[in-house]
Amino acid sequence: MSPVNYLYLAALLFAIGSTGVLIRRNAIVVFMCIELMLNACNLALVTFSRMHGNLDGQIIAFFTMVVAAAEVVVGLAIIVSLFRSRHSASVDDASLMKL
Amino acid sequence: MENLIALLVAAPLLGAAVLLCGGRRLDRSGHWIGTLLAVASFAVGVLLFADMLGKDAEHRALHQSLFSWIPVEGFQADVAFQLDQLSMTFVLLITGVGSLIHVYSIGYMEHDERRRRFFGYLNLFLAAMLLLVIADNYLLLYVGWEGVGLASYLLIGFWQHKPSAATAAKKAFLVNRVGDMGLSIAIMLMFTTFGTFAFGPVLESTGETSEGMLTAIGLLLLLAACGKSAQVPLQSWLGDAMEGPTPVSALIHAATMVTAGVYLITRSGAIFNAAPDAQLAVVIVGAVTLLFGAIVGCAKDDIKKALAGSTMSQIGYMILAAGLGPIGYAFAIMHLVTHGFFKAGLFLGAGSVMHGMNDEVDMRKYGGLRKYMPVTFVTFGLGYLAIIGFPGLSGFWSKDKIIEAAFAYDDGIRGWIFGGVALLGAGITAFYMTRVMIMTFFGEKRWQPDESGNEPHPHESPKSMTIPMIVLAFGSVFAGGLFSLNESFVKWLEPVTQFEHPHPVISVPAITASTVVVLLLGAALAYVMYGRKPVPVTAPRGSLLTRAARRDLLQDDLNHVVLVRGGEHLTRSLVYVDHTMVDGVVNGTAAGFGGLSGRMRKMQNGFARSYAVSMFGGTAILIAATLLMRAV
Repeated sequence: MSPVNYLYLAALLFAIGSTGVLIRRNAIVVFMCIELMLNACNLALVTFSRMHGNLDGQIIAFFTMVVAAAEVVVGLAIIVSLFRSRHSASVDDASLMKL
Repeated sequence: MENLIALLVAAPLLGAAVLLCGGRRLDRSGHWIGTLLAVASFAVGVLLFADMLGKDAEHRALHQSLFSWIPVEGFQADVAFQLDQLSMTFVLLITGVGSLIHVYSIGYMEHDERRRRFFGYLNLFLAAMLLLVIADNYLLLYVGWEGVGLASYLLIGFWQHKPSAATAAKKAFLVNRVGDMGLSIAIMLMFTTFGTFAFGPVLESTGETSEGMLTAIGLLLLLAACGKSAQVPLQSWLGDAMEGPTPVSALIHAATMVTAGVYLITRSGAIFNAAPDAQLAVVIVGAVTLLFGAIVGCAKDDIKKALAGSTMSQIGYMILAAGLGPIGYAFAIMHLVTHGFFKAGLFLGAGSVMHGMNDEVDMRKYGGLRKYMPVTFVTFGLGYLAIIGFPGLSGFWSKDKIIEAAFAYDDGIRGWIFGGVALLGAGITAFYMTRVMIMTFFGEKRWQPDESGNEPHPHESPKSMTIPMIVLAFGSVFAGGLFSLNESFVKWLEPVTQFEHPHPVISVPAITASTVVVLLLGAALAYVMYGRKPVPVTAPRGSLLTRAARRDLLQDDLNHVVLVRGGEHLTRSLVYVDHTMVDGVVNGTAAGFGGLSGRMRKMQNGFARSYAVSMFGGTAILIAATLLMRAV
């Protein structure tokens, strides 16, 4: 199977993710969409690594996963405290710095 | 002997300093200190004069170098004095008449609680005026020139609680400033042309300078003289300057300060001799002013303003003579000295009349005063005969010579024009002075009680006032004859001013005869108009010329239209440009940035998703641009 198909898939996933970020209000869903975009990038990186026959892309994909894991920890903590203070997980409700 | 020269200035300067800084404790003795120092300066002058007479004519000039004022590389300004025959004449006139007027002021200002300050200002004036005439360079002369302007301002506005006096002082100061600009630019031109200010080098090297430059300097000096000596077109301040106390009018605005312009032109004679165009301008200014002042003098009912018009006219004679070159300088100075005597005497007489008439100045409310003030009447009468040029009195000798010199301007039409104007002026002088004389001292008494019921009780003035008047009357009678004896005055000045005998277009006896005829005609006309029938207490409407002359021949209206209105329009258009263009650029920039930031602020709405759109869109555009660049 041609590796280009994987790139199409990565582009599709990235598009779905970014659309989700832009149109969904729920912070958890937005967060999941961001993960989807990151993973679409990972897929593209791994595919390029395979196409060019070196390991650089795969190594960067590991880095991305580590960063994404760290991001999940911080991001979920923020969402939880946001929910506690505003009783809502909608990103549009958090348009002001003050309460 | 030359070490005494500085004392001339130092004495009155000391007086001014002591009187102005001394405070109230000098209130009782201040006038004596001021008078004593003025007389001291006169004594020094007489001493120097006696010494000068003992030498031969060519070696009379004294020189004293006091200190180096501004010693800079390539720019040397010294405080140094030069006392030659011309300066000596002025020194004696200034300190002599000045001392007499100090004495007069003791009586005149007796009831003024600021008398000490008045004497301080008078002394300041004397110091500045003496500095002006004994300076040996133009820069120091300028110091004195400004000093007399300051003293004049302070003294015109001495009664500054009267708004009219305060305004008159400001007017005099401002108009003088225009002339002072002329003098300062002339001095700068001299420095760039000759490299120095000193009289000696400047006046000796006129032969090596282009005539254009000399004409420019001459015209600027003429502008300066016009301002200080109240000549057309800068004459408007002199009439209003009569708001000052009468001794001030006599000393500053008749005998001394206003003649500074004549001194300046005579002193700079070498420049004018080499610049015939500038000389012609001087003669024209003199001729115009002598008629202008005389016409104004005919219409004024205020005795001091009538005399002010006369002063303007007589100085016009002097300026005219000074513009004639070596045939006129000596006569200009001679008329200046005799005028100093008789005009100061006339003003002191007018002050004496006002003193007795509750400060009334309107001649229509005088009349018949000869019975009440015999001394004033006689001294004023002698001054009157002198100023109209009655044969044998001072004015006759000096004015007649000027008329002769004016007829000798050249052989052609100009000699006739200037001579004719001078002759006509003599007739008008006789007319307006006779009018003043008749309205004040002859006819019926016309004064009435004022609003509060106080009727004036005319009385003769105290001795301190009458004695100076008597002394000046002697000068008015005899000075001219004394000066003309063997042409002594002309010979005295000749080493400084040069002298050539004038050759008039018509013979001298004919000129003298026609002068006498013209003055008798003028006096007779005044007698017919004012002596034969009673003078109305309220002024009749008068002809168009009379009404114009009452308004100083519309000089103030002209100044108002040209300068005040013009200035207002200029300011308004400048304000308009400032508001629309300058402010427009500044405010427009500010408004532009304000509007722009108002729009940009809307992007900062706090919604995370809208930020995400911007980031997404921005990234997409960046990538698209990068790809496009690569494709191209």
